[in-house]
Amino acid sequence: MSIQGASVTVEDLTVAYERHPAIHHIAGRFAAGSLTAIVGPNGAGKSTLVKAIAGTVRPAGGRIRRDPAGPASLAYLPQQSEIERSFPITVLDTVMLGAWRRIGWHGAAGPDEMEAALAALEAVGLEHFEQRGVSTLSAGQFQRVLFARLMVQNAPLILLDEPFTALDTKTTRDLLGLVERWHGEGRTIIAVLHDFDQVRAHFPDSLLLARELVAWGRTADVMAPDNLIAARRISEAWDENALACHAAAGAERLRA
Amino acid sequence: MLYDYLAGPFVEFPFLRRALVGAMALALGCGPIGTLLVLRRMSLMGDAMSHAVLPGAAIGFMFAGLSLPAMSLGGLGAGLLVALLAGIVTRLTPLREDASFAAFYLMSLALGVLIVSTHGSSIDLLHVLFGTILAVDDTALILVAGITTVTLVALALLYRPLVLDAFDPGFLRSVGVPGGTIHGLFLTLVVLNLVAGFQALGTLMAVGLMMLPAAAARFWAREIWSLAAVSSLLAGLSGYIGLLVSYHADLPSGPAIILTAGVLYLVSVGVGRRDSIRTRYFVKSHLAA
Repeated sequence: MSIQGASVTVEDLTVAYERHPAIHHIAGRFAAGSLTAIVGPNGAGKSTLVKAIAGTVRPAGGRIRRDPAGPASLAYLPQQSEIERSFPITVLDTVMLGAWRRIGWHGAAGPDEMEAALAALEAVGLEHFEQRGVSTLSAGQFQRVLFARLMVQNAPLILLDEPFTALDTKTTRDLLGLVERWHGEGRTIIAVLHDFDQVRAHFPDSLLLARELVAWGRTADVMAPDNLIAARRISEAWDENALACHAAAGAERLRA
Repeated sequence: MLYDYLAGPFVEFPFLRRALVGAMALALGCGPIGTLLVLRRMSLMGDAMSHAVLPGAAIGFMFAGLSLPAMSLGGLGAGLLVALLAGIVTRLTPLREDASFAAFYLMSLALGVLIVSTHGSSIDLLHVLFGTILAVDDTALILVAGITTVTLVALALLYRPLVLDAFDPGFLRSVGVPGGTIHGLFLTLVVLNLVAGFQALGTLMAVGLMMLPAAAARFWAREIWSLAAVSSLLAGLSGYIGLLVSYHADLPSGPAIILTAGVLYLVSVGVGRRDSIRTRYFVKSHLAA
């Protein structure tokens, strides 16, 4: 199967919480079909960047252009903590939610959706789990279910926010295999990760973030020691009484 | 003999019959709404909203006396206003939804008590607070049945996004459905059903028929549809038994209905089929795999 991946262009993006920027004047482009890891210290704005690309947080400045645009071209896996794991819903129903853009609010899920869901469950190694409630699954099994849902979404752009956190090596290896398979199919994939060895081994491109863009390009260049040290230094600076950003103020003057 | 005891009062007295039909209609709407409240971890939100309804009902009472349409309209307005204001504060500030709801419902409640105590007698206050299901007339019945109908149709249309908003709100947003709108529509349904309940059970106890059966259903059913069905069944049963008890023992009907729901809840906690005390602490040996 071959898919035309989506491209994502980031134009001078700033996202702020209480006016303090979580990410600050980021610019660059995720090429169609690229596989990029977003890395950086805690609080560097990695999740914020992914949310901005997914369109669930509003930029304070700049913008993001996705091509193709629209929610149908995007599959987003948020951090697990945002999902109600004890919910009374079956594995099969959860995976079929991936067909949302075809069945919507009240369309019936037909044999095609069912087939796609069962195939996805088999691909993540959970055949015969269809009728299990998600509350009975382990964290690793649940993440496999969410990966199956991503497969049913069949989107040209896939965003993964810390997809392997708290998973054992076997599960991580299996799911990484899926990510590489999607990459081979031509999809664009952006993943927030913490494990540098994993990034070096599996992700051709990287984006090193520390509120500001430290480096973005081939993983070998980005993960250079100098860059990593710079990232830590920038991310630890927090000025309670920071002045208004000059770049932003300048832009406002220009507009006025 | 048994027939006389269990069905006789309803055959003999039209007002009891109407009360029973009213309770059944309430049960149909309250079952699924209560279930969704529990699933969305908003059990206490129903309680807050039921208090928020009071000043509106009181203002309706001030203008039109003990008239159900006026009081219902007022109650609906007050409930929606509180939900809206709390929603706005939650959106614009870091204050969490439960805290902003608490703030506004308390103001609303105090305002309601103020209005009733300066413009009515304490008997009237009792009416508004505790309701009188035995005084349910045809207008009230049509109102309750109408609200139930609207509720069930709306739930059928909103079911999938409502469930998904409770399970995985991030996913709902990522597929382009505005979670806030879904949440707002759901709160409107909650207020509508509380308004339906308050003629029968009063503003304070209307939420009882919503939450007690929904909490009890947790011990009998597993899927969302069966949770809702069991909730409605238990709510209807509470209405029937409560009315019967209130007739035979000459007790006020509202508390009798809610206490019956309470007893059913306690029984469910004790001996229910799933996760009850019986199944947790009096277990046979565990399975091999």
